[in-house]
Amino acid sequence: MNNSIEEHASKPFIKRLLGHRLTFPLVVLLVVVIQNIITTPNFFDISIRNGFLSGYIPNILDEASELVIVTLGMTLVIAVSGGVDLSVGAVMAIAASFCGLMLNGAEYRTDVFHNPYGLALLVGLLGGGLCGAFNGFLVSRLKIQPMIATLILYTAGRSIAKQITHGQTIYIMNPVYKYLGVQIPGVPIRTTIIISVSIVILVVLLVRLTSLGLYVQSVGINNSASRLVGLNSRRVTFMAFVLCGVLAGAAGLVGSSSVGSVNSGELGLTIEMDAILAVALGGNNLFGGKFSIAGSVIGAYTIQAITTTLYAMNVRADQLNVFKAIIIIVIIVASSPVFKEKITRMTRTVFSRKVSLGGLSDERQ
Amino acid sequence: MNTIQQEQKNPSLTMNGIGKSFPGVRALHDVDFYLRRGEIHALMGENGAGKSTLIKVLTGVFSMDTGSVRLDGDPLLIRSPQDAQRHGISTVYQEVNLCPNLTVAENLFLGWEPRKMGLIDWKQMNLKAAELLRELNISADPTAQLDSCSIAIQQMIAIARAVNTECSFLILDEPTSSLDADEVEQLFTLMRQLKDNGVGIIFITHFIEQVYEVCDRITVLRNGELVGEFEVEKLPRLALVTKMMGKEIDNLSELSVDTDESRFEGEIPIVEARNLTSDASKVAPFDLKMYAGEVVGFGGLLGSGRSELVRAIYGADKATQGQLLIKGKNVKIKNPLDAMKHGMAYLPEDRKVDGIFEDLSVRENIIIALQAKHGMFKRMSRKEMEKYADEYIALLNIKTSNIETPIKTLSGGNQQKVILARWLLTNPEFMILDEPTRGIDVGTKTEIQKLILKLAGEGKSVAFISSEMDEMLRTCSRMVVMRDRRKVRELTQGQLNQNTIMRTIAGGEEDNE
Amino acid sequence: MKDNRKTATAPNQIIKRKGMSNAGALLLITISLFVLLYVISAILFADSNFAKYSVFFNLINNKAYLLMLALGVTVVLITGSIDISVGGVTGLVSMVIATMLAGSGISALWVIPVSLGIGIAFGIVQGFLVAYMEIQPFIVTLSGMFFARGMISVINPESVPITDQLFTSWSNAKMYIPFLYNVRGNGTLDVAYLTPAAIVAILILIALIIALKKTKFGRSLYAVGGNPQSALLMGVNVKRTKFMAHVLCGLLAGIGGLLFTLFAPSGNPGNGYGYEIDAISSSVIGGVMLNGGVGLPIGTFFGVLINSLIERVVPRLGIVDASWPRIITSAFLFVFIVLQSVFASAGKGGVKLRLPAWLRFSRRKDGHTQIESEQADRRSA
Repeated sequence: MNNSIEEHASKPFIKRLLGHRLTFPLVVLLVVVIQNIITTPNFFDISIRNGFLSGYIPNILDEASELVIVTLGMTLVIAVSGGVDLSVGAVMAIAASFCGLMLNGAEYRTDVFHNPYGLALLVGLLGGGLCGAFNGFLVSRLKIQPMIATLILYTAGRSIAKQITHGQTIYIMNPVYKYLGVQIPGVPIRTTIIISVSIVILVVLLVRLTSLGLYVQSVGINNSASRLVGLNSRRVTFMAFVLCGVLAGAAGLVGSSSVGSVNSGELGLTIEMDAILAVALGGNNLFGGKFSIAGSVIGAYTIQAITTTLYAMNVRADQLNVFKAIIIIVIIVASSPVFKEKITRMTRTVFSRKVSLGGLSDERQ
Repeated sequence: MNTIQQEQKNPSLTMNGIGKSFPGVRALHDVDFYLRRGEIHALMGENGAGKSTLIKVLTGVFSMDTGSVRLDGDPLLIRSPQDAQRHGISTVYQEVNLCPNLTVAENLFLGWEPRKMGLIDWKQMNLKAAELLRELNISADPTAQLDSCSIAIQQMIAIARAVNTECSFLILDEPTSSLDADEVEQLFTLMRQLKDNGVGIIFITHFIEQVYEVCDRITVLRNGELVGEFEVEKLPRLALVTKMMGKEIDNLSELSVDTDESRFEGEIPIVEARNLTSDASKVAPFDLKMYAGEVVGFGGLLGSGRSELVRAIYGADKATQGQLLIKGKNVKIKNPLDAMKHGMAYLPEDRKVDGIFEDLSVRENIIIALQAKHGMFKRMSRKEMEKYADEYIALLNIKTSNIETPIKTLSGGNQQKVILARWLLTNPEFMILDEPTRGIDVGTKTEIQKLILKLAGEGKSVAFISSEMDEMLRTCSRMVVMRDRRKVRELTQGQLNQNTIMRTIAGGEEDNE
Repeated sequence: MKDNRKTATAPNQIIKRKGMSNAGALLLITISLFVLLYVISAILFADSNFAKYSVFFNLINNKAYLLMLALGVTVVLITGSIDISVGGVTGLVSMVIATMLAGSGISALWVIPVSLGIGIAFGIVQGFLVAYMEIQPFIVTLSGMFFARGMISVINPESVPITDQLFTSWSNAKMYIPFLYNVRGNGTLDVAYLTPAAIVAILILIALIIALKKTKFGRSLYAVGGNPQSALLMGVNVKRTKFMAHVLCGLLAGIGGLLFTLFAPSGNPGNGYGYEIDAISSSVIGGVMLNGGVGLPIGTFFGVLINSLIERVVPRLGIVDASWPRIITSAFLFVFIVLQSVFASAGKGGVKLRLPAWLRFSRRKDGHTQIESEQADRRSA
């Protein structure tokens, strides 16, 4: 689903609309929203309850926060390397553990901050960045495939996180901690929504105000050409992974503060799969190159909307996976070159048109 | 193996009137090719000559549009590579098509391993492999893993595998590109042995010396047509080179060039290479001086090492030996960015692989090099980028509907102009242009040649690699000639004519370093 | 990856001894590691039992199922693909078995074809998508894992214990090896034994060792993993080989699920969670290269033993936390992955170590020393 923007003056509006790269994710989201509306007639109702804006839509926005943040990082990693970062969930746990350790000291449950809140958050983000640096080093320096390189933290990360909190789930009882993940008193919008939107804006600014976006795309599209025009493709790749780590860390902080505890076994479980799915749903090419933050964000909210729909249909959390699996496969198959070729060939024979592709059949042998 | 046959005067494998076209391209037109058993027959031609297409037709990768193939007089229809193999035509490609993780013996016998009770008999296989290797004088251990052998040996093992399958005709596609002198000799010994055994060998190469060393006949193709078939003994080098390069039909006006080299006396060259080379390039260490305001051409056949030479200067391949001086000062160039910061620019030979970012817009493709020079945190404003893009689109007459179109939708010529624009934008002092006019229409070609002269006029130094002699004659005041990966001579002034250049490329006479 | 550099003349290179391939070197490291770890454990915990036969055999008994999963993953890795659904399949099989045997009167014998069937089904679908639709194996098998785990909950979100008599009899069966015994402190004999599961696993291991070494199919796995384009040109049906590799992996995962259920007779929703990682770790530690083309089933066997040993030893170190064995195994995984990348980046000619000049000394095949040859090279340049 990597259609380019064809702004030929003579092209009809409809064709331009279809070719726009955000069309696919928006259409999918629309379908899901329509599904939602059908199953839950009060979908658009918003009310104030317990001091928050509540309703289906605010819920979706809230629940999707962690995923949105992680998806941002995953988008960059996929764009620059064509590979995926499996460790994001584990990194969330590690970052949250560092933060929790700083706040609780050695205590398992307390309502006193042992260290300044801001500092602890910073340390958490740093922890995420370190993990990203580890992955980035393996990929950019040792030239290990991203999926394999990140497999290490995927395997060991949660266990390491657990050790940071001395082998236990820790509870941070200080209400200030929940500001991040729940609510700043007096503000009717859940903080998670504010944070996730802010981070999206920050990343977009980073990618656009610096040349990072351009560099990532260049390296992802053509590594050797990037070198020849003076880009340091190793450094760009490394940075993408570090950024992904920091973002995963942020998501971890948000996640743990929304429940007021750090549970390394549960935090961000299976979020990596959702993130990859979100990137794909966002119309991004899983093989790397051009990317769209907007697309990925839409993809992330779409996944959350799907989850909400399924919950409303009384599907259990663990059964959700069956649907996700089927959706991934359908999307991936539909966008695979082999499938597209088969369809083209079928439509050709059906319409028996003489297409200029005729000569290619010789070469294909 | 075939029974040893007398060397026949009559060709055993004949291809007549072969024609093959692809959308928009006529790859082959009315080409004849004759191969005899027991001969080594070179197939030569410059870029786009049709060599690989002819071979792919013979081996069943492509089907021909017109023409016929006969084996010993009987018509032969080959529909696939497996078909070709069954008829005794085997191919060994430039990239050794074996499995590096399997042993030598396994690679030799994959698909027809000796069996015992339904299971593979390794002992037999190793024994048979040793026998085969001995027969062909290849020194390799059958139980060794393939990638522990040198590339030369691997190539010979690939040949041994081909030969082991009852082949009467063997096609070797650029087998010597990765070999050093000793290894080439080893290969030639094997080839001669096969020839003695009656195998007909097609040897595709662009190394002239090697052709004269080991081949009996040469067939030359040009622009998809047959130039002729010649006996090696009766074809002097100069004649060969002339036939390969041909005469260019063009009616472009004469552009004048100042070829007086003495104007640079006493000046410090912008770029000077001393004993420079890089491991990756396998080019013999070279000296080169380039002055401001001159255009230097690089002549030589395809594969003579011109691209590799300039890549070593630019840092595209890291230089591992020798020195580079910019304006008289020694510099260390570790990567292209260093080169760019010293005022160099490099337009690569293969714009598709090394040049364009196909999904990025024209604007982005134009500004990328300059942006890389500025660094990540000093991003050019959108307005600035658009201004530059518009400027160069006008300057170079680039045909695109607007600057945001992805570059992949542009024609080849316009893509090339975009890459030129990219480098001009960085305001370099030394530009390397590797085949800037390849695959481009005549009108655009002239534009680019005029541009090159203009750049020199502005005081830039230009290294111009082209396979079209006339282009270089029209623009260059000096020419560096390369042959078989070494710089053999520089030609100036009175020597800058077709004859002398051809003769120098062909060699075989006196060469001064 | 094309590498045109000539291996024989590249400096700083140590040419491997004749006959020792990359695979061989890695296997040696694996076996040495296992022996080392075992000996250290035996010494450190002299009181505890490592010197006893029964303990050693229990390493195999306890992880017979993992051996199946790891072997399946090994087969797929050799072809250059991957399968991360094996854990999910294990869990699914065990839930299906438990549900089947829960009071419906079906003979326990039926669990065998059912387990194999489930595994093969996964293998066929995933194999088709990977080999014929050319979709990235990671995504395909990831979805497979999702699907399997989801189906477990769909079938039964609660744990289902297995009480079927026949099944539990298989579960508890032990085949004693009479001549391998130690005498316990109180005079009784501690005889080593193998469970039926272990026996099945070992038999399959032997079959695979033979198949991978001596059958056309086995060799085609390696060919495809080494260089698929070359394999195609050499006449191997690459797509079918990849497809069959996945089917075989699925089959082994199904068997693994059955063996696991014999080991822990209960259908829990969390069964098999993370086992794919253990399977991959065991393979990698056993010398299977993640890029394909290299790896031996016997190495995987030792990888599984190491995994089993770590799990056994870590509690003895006084670390009760269940997460530590994972960490340690992951550390080994990390080391081996890096090791593999060192091997792979050596330009396929041998291990390239950056030694200082005075340390650089090795014999080339033609008898000259490295230093002499370098001088000769420089002269001829």
